[in-house]
Amino acid sequence: MTLRGLDPNAFWIYLAEQPLFFLALTLAAYLVGDRIAAATGRHPVANPVLIAILLVGGMLLATGTPHQRYFEGARFIHVLLGPATVALALPVIRNRTLIRRQWRAILGALVAGAVTGIVATLALARAAGLGNATIASLAPKSVTAAIAMGISAEVGGSPPLTAVLVIATGILGAVMVTPLMNLLRIRDYAARGFAAGIAAHGIGTARALQVDERAGAHAALGMALNGLVTAILVPLLLLLFL
Amino acid sequence: MLEGITILIILQFVGELIAGFTRVPVPGPVIGLALLAALALLRGRIPAPVAVAGDAILKHLSLLFVPAGVGLIAFGDRLVAEGPRLLLVLVASTAITMAVTALVFRALTRDGGDGR
Repeated sequence: MTLRGLDPNAFWIYLAEQPLFFLALTLAAYLVGDRIAAATGRHPVANPVLIAILLVGGMLLATGTPHQRYFEGARFIHVLLGPATVALALPVIRNRTLIRRQWRAILGALVAGAVTGIVATLALARAAGLGNATIASLAPKSVTAAIAMGISAEVGGSPPLTAVLVIATGILGAVMVTPLMNLLRIRDYAARGFAAGIAAHGIGTARALQVDERAGAHAALGMALNGLVTAILVPLLLLLFL
Repeated sequence: MLEGITILIILQFVGELIAGFTRVPVPGPVIGLALLAALALLRGRIPAPVAVAGDAILKHLSLLFVPAGVGLIAFGDRLVAEGPRLLLVLVASTAITMAVTALVFRALTRDGGDGR
């Protein structure tokens, strides 16, 4: 292939066939997102995940590249989510003294947050006139994708739609948590982090970890506990709504 | 680093096996999280290699959500199809959930006499 008279389309097709290309693109997009986030002093809207998704997604849309082809290349990064989730035990263990002292608040906020997460979603979705299949797909959106997709399948939702809603919820939660907590004048990083983990799973937890280690520990705990509670509650609460 | 990564992946794998055999609706990595917490509490400390590898991965936890998140763009037409109503439900319910969780947490912390 000569550089002169190079057809940009042919060049793109060549790049898109290289497995390392999408891996490199994902890393580069994230670094750009992280730089922008750092430059704004970690402003909530300048979320590195959101920026990286817009950069990579925009490029795929502009070039008509199927998501599946992208994902084959970026899979290596995705696979690390498993061991990273296991590693979320670290901040929890390091903050065990604080967590043990706050077990009452943790238990109460867990139940309140899990129930509110489902009931508020169902009530608002019903009020907005969304269909039953969409409502069933929405119900488990606050918990980590693997659990949410399982629940969705169990209650007659669409697991792929649920996966999209889970990611969207995580990003919205990560962006909203800081301004919302400031508005409510909640300064305790344990409460702020726990709320992020309950409502916005891993993406909320990633945001909490960037802000404060204690917030990260409570977010990780909230995420793990809410996965269990929501799996039990969604089928029960849906019976009341559908 | 390598030792730590290996332990994390083994814990995830054991978690997947437990999830598969018991059919509990919990993903393997979350069971792995609980196993690591139990292990560290029993031994009284976090194994040093796990701390090194785990902290390195967690430092850029956000990065790991990018591949799945790009699916948002790919399947975004599903969101658009339901119209702005769906987005409104997502924003409002997420905000309400976070607010209620944090407010209850704070109220119970005060009751507990923790004084924060």
